[in-house]
Amino acid sequence: MSATMRARAQQLGRRDFLKTSAAVSGGLWISAWVPELASAAAKTAAAAGKVFAPNAFVRIAADESVTVIANHSEMGQGIYTSLPMLLNEELEADWSKITVEPAPVDAAYNHTVFGLQMTGGSTTTPSEWERFRRMGAMARVMLVEAAGQKWGVAAASCRVEKGVVIHAESGKKATYGSFADAASQLKPPANVPLKDPKQFTLIGKPVRRLDTPSKVNGTAQFGLDVRLPGMVYAVVARPPVFGGKVVSVDAAETLRIPGVRAVEQVPSGVTVVAEKFWAAKVGRDKLKITWDDGENAALSTTKMREEFSKLSATPGAIARKAGDPASALAGAAKTITAEYDVPYLAHAMMEPLNCVVDLRPDSCEIWTGTQFETVDRLNAAKVAGLPPEKVQIHTTLLGGGFGRRANPASDFVVEAMHVAKVAKAPVKVVWTREDDLAGGWYRPMWHDRFAAGLDADGNPIAWTHTIVGQSITQGTPFEAYTIKDGVDSTSVEGAADILYGIPNLQVDLHSPKIGVPVQWWRSVGHSHTGFSVEGFFDEVAYAGGKDPYELRRKLLANQPRMLAVLELAAEKAGWGKPVPKGRGRGIATHFSFDSYVAQVVEASVEKDGTVRVYRVVCAVDCGRAINPDVVKAQMEGGIIFGLTAALKTEITLEQGRVQQTNFHDYPMLRMFESPDIEVHIVPSEANPTGVGEPGVPPVASALANAIFAATGKRVRRLPIQTSELARGSEAKS
Amino acid sequence: MISFTLNGKPVNVDDDPSTPLLWVLRDSLGLTGTKFGCGMALCGACTVHLDGKAIRSCVAPLARVAGKRVTTIEGLSPNLSHPLQRAWIEVDVPQCGYCQSGQIMSAAVLLAQNAKPTDKDIDEAMSGNICRCGTYTRIRKAIHRAAEIAAEKRPS
Repeated sequence: MSATMRARAQQLGRRDFLKTSAAVSGGLWISAWVPELASAAAKTAAAAGKVFAPNAFVRIAADESVTVIANHSEMGQGIYTSLPMLLNEELEADWSKITVEPAPVDAAYNHTVFGLQMTGGSTTTPSEWERFRRMGAMARVMLVEAAGQKWGVAAASCRVEKGVVIHAESGKKATYGSFADAASQLKPPANVPLKDPKQFTLIGKPVRRLDTPSKVNGTAQFGLDVRLPGMVYAVVARPPVFGGKVVSVDAAETLRIPGVRAVEQVPSGVTVVAEKFWAAKVGRDKLKITWDDGENAALSTTKMREEFSKLSATPGAIARKAGDPASALAGAAKTITAEYDVPYLAHAMMEPLNCVVDLRPDSCEIWTGTQFETVDRLNAAKVAGLPPEKVQIHTTLLGGGFGRRANPASDFVVEAMHVAKVAKAPVKVVWTREDDLAGGWYRPMWHDRFAAGLDADGNPIAWTHTIVGQSITQGTPFEAYTIKDGVDSTSVEGAADILYGIPNLQVDLHSPKIGVPVQWWRSVGHSHTGFSVEGFFDEVAYAGGKDPYELRRKLLANQPRMLAVLELAAEKAGWGKPVPKGRGRGIATHFSFDSYVAQVVEASVEKDGTVRVYRVVCAVDCGRAINPDVVKAQMEGGIIFGLTAALKTEITLEQGRVQQTNFHDYPMLRMFESPDIEVHIVPSEANPTGVGEPGVPPVASALANAIFAATGKRVRRLPIQTSELARGSEAKS
Repeated sequence: MISFTLNGKPVNVDDDPSTPLLWVLRDSLGLTGTKFGCGMALCGACTVHLDGKAIRSCVAPLARVAGKRVTTIEGLSPNLSHPLQRAWIEVDVPQCGYCQSGQIMSAAVLLAQNAKPTDKDIDEAMSGNICRCGTYTRIRKAIHRAAEIAAEKRPS
C-alpha cells in the first residue's frame, strides 16, 4: 500500500528468494533458510527420487512431478490455480504434472508489497505476477542448461515443450525430471528475461481449477478436517457482551458428561475440552457462568444509528477537499441532501473458525485456514513463550475467508494457543455458527451524510460527504500505514477517491470508538461507499433531470478505463431499452483494488415489498486477466455476496448482546433468489489488479437504483427494508 | 453399539445414540467430507443420504440411522465418475469448496428422482443449501449438465 512498505518488502524479497541451490537429496542449502520446506522436499525426494528445487516456489522431481509452493491461501479465489499458471507460463512443464503445496511460514514467502506472509486486499496476483514467472523461468533456464551440458550443445540451441527439453539439430530430447539431479548442481542465473506477453500460452486462457477434483469427492482438507493422533476437541464459552469477564463458573454438570476432560478459564472465556466435539459442545451448554458484562452492556445499534446521524451533522477530519464546496453549495441552483446507513456485518464463512494446536515444551505446530501467517505466528509465539521460528503454521484450505481469517490480533489462533496450554494434548478448537455470528470482528456499521449542489442545467458542482464509523485499523500494527491526520484510509476508500469530475468536493470522517470489534470484510471500506456514493450519485442525476448512465458518462470523461466498463455494462444490459413491466434497471460503477467495475441490475418489487432480482450484468477491467474463468467466478461470487448484504443480513446489538445467532436470522441469499449473472471482461494489457473483492461494492447501489427506477422509492439503508417498499407505504423520495 | 451401512460397508459405533450423525461421521469414523456449517439444518453443508433420501446429518441423531444405509460424499463414486462430479469439474463450480459436498449430495437425490430437472425443480431441490461464495449459477448449470451426462450414459 504505502511506498515505504513496498520498498521494504522488495528489498527483503529479492534477497531471500534468490538463493543458490543444490539437490535436496545431495545438499542442505534449503534447510538453512526454510526448514519446513526442506523436510517437505526431503519427503518428496524419498518418494520421487532426485529433486530439483531452484528456489522456494517450485520443485521438480525425477518422477516428473512438479510441485508449486503457494505462499498465499486458497479461500475460493482460485489462487492455487493462478499461481501455478504464472509459474508455468515460464517453466513450461506438463500442466498435468503440477500439484500445489502450501508454503510454510518464512520471510521468503512475504507478500511483495506488504512485507508479510498473508492473503488479502485482492492483491495476490499483483504481488506474484512477476515473481512467480521469474521463479518458473529460473527453473527452466537451469534445466535447459543441464541438458545442454549433458548433450554437449549450447543451451541456446535447445527449446522446451510440455516438460521436455528438445535439441532439434541432434534430435535429442529428454524430460525435465531426467535433469533434476544435474540441474541441482548448477548455479541459478542472476537475471532471467521473461517472455513477451504476446507469447503467453497459459496466461489469459480459461484454465480449469486444480483444486476442483478434491472439492467434489470430500478429500479437500480444510482446517476443520485436520485430525492428529491423540487429539482432543474444545469449544469456548465467550462472554455475551464484548469485553465481558467471567465472575464464576459452575462446571459440575459439564464434568459429568462422558468424554468431557476439563473445564478451564482462558482469557477469552471458559473452555470445555473433550474427547470429541459433541461432548465438548453439550458440555458447554451445561455450564453455569456468571459474567461481568463490563462497559459495553448498554450498547444498542438502534441508538448508535441515531448518534451516528447526529455526529454526521458536525465537521469531521478532512479526507479530501477540492475547490470551495461550502460556497458552491450556497450558490447552487438546487441542493439535495441524504443520509445512508449500513449495519455491522459478519463474514459468515461456511467453514466456521477453527484451529488445531500441538503445543510442546520447545515447539509448536498449528493447523488452520488463515490469511495471516506472519501475524498469527508472532502472536502464537508470544502466548507459547517460544521464538517465532519454533512455531510452525500449516495453512489448510480455507472454507471462505472474506477477511475474517486475517485478524490483526489473531483472535482464533491466540485463543487456541491458550486452550492448548490447558488441554495438555493436541487440540482442535471449533467455533459453532452461533460463536461465529456473535464473535465480533464485523464490518463496521456506517452512516453517510451527503449534500450536493446542482447548477441551473442540473449538473453537480458541489459534493460533500461526511462518513461516520469505526476505524478497523486503529490500535493495530497497521495504523501507521493507514491512518494519517485522523483519517483511516480504509474508512474513506471509494469516497475520497471518487472518479467523477465534480469541481467542489469535500469528504470528512468521524471515527467513534465503540466496544464492538471490527475488521476488514470483503471489499473493506468500499463495501459501504460503493452503496452510498453510487446511490447518492443516482439521486443527483434524477434531481438534475439527467439519465443516471449519461451523467456518469459525462463526469467520467477523463477516466477512460471506467468509462469503458460503464459503456460495456450498459450496452450488454440494454440500457435505455424497455424493461419488462414492473421492473427497473439500475446502474453503478466502482473503482476498488485498482480494478474498474460497472454493474447493471434488473429488479422488481412485489406488493409486499419483496425484492426480486432477475439479472446482473457486470463489466470489469482488472488489467490482464490471468484466468478469465476465475475472474468471472469472482465477479459472480462478489455479486451474490453483495446482494446478500443488500437484501438479507445485519448484525444488531441490544443491551450489548448480538441479536443474531444462526442462518435463520442471519440469512444468506439462496439459489432460488439468485439472478442470472453475466460477466464481461474488458481486454487489457495492463498489469493485473484485484479480482476477489471489486465485484462486491457496486451491486447494492445498482440494485437500489433499479428499485428506484421500478418504484420511485429510494433505498438508503441496508439491508433493504421490505416493509418500506410494500405498496401503500409512503414513497421516501 | 449402533450398526449401520456406510458407503456400502457395515460399521459399528459406540457414540451416544443422541449424537448427531455428522459428528459420528467426522470425529468417530474419520469421514470429514461431510461438513459442519450451522448445526441446525439451515445450510445443507452436512447433507448425506439415508436410504437414498437427503438428510441433514447435523440434526439426525445416530439412533435414527441404526440398521439403515448411509451414503456420504466419499461414497458417491470411487473415482470422480458420478455425472455430478464430472459436471462440477467441467463447469468449475467450487470456489472455497466447503459447501460443495452438501450441494452435490442434495443434487444427487434430485437427479435420482428427476432425470431432467427444470430450473424451477433445481431451485426447489437446492434451496436448503447455502453457498457463501455464491456459486449458485454454476451449480444450476452443472446440474443440467450432469443430467445430460447421465442421459448419455444410459442405454437408449
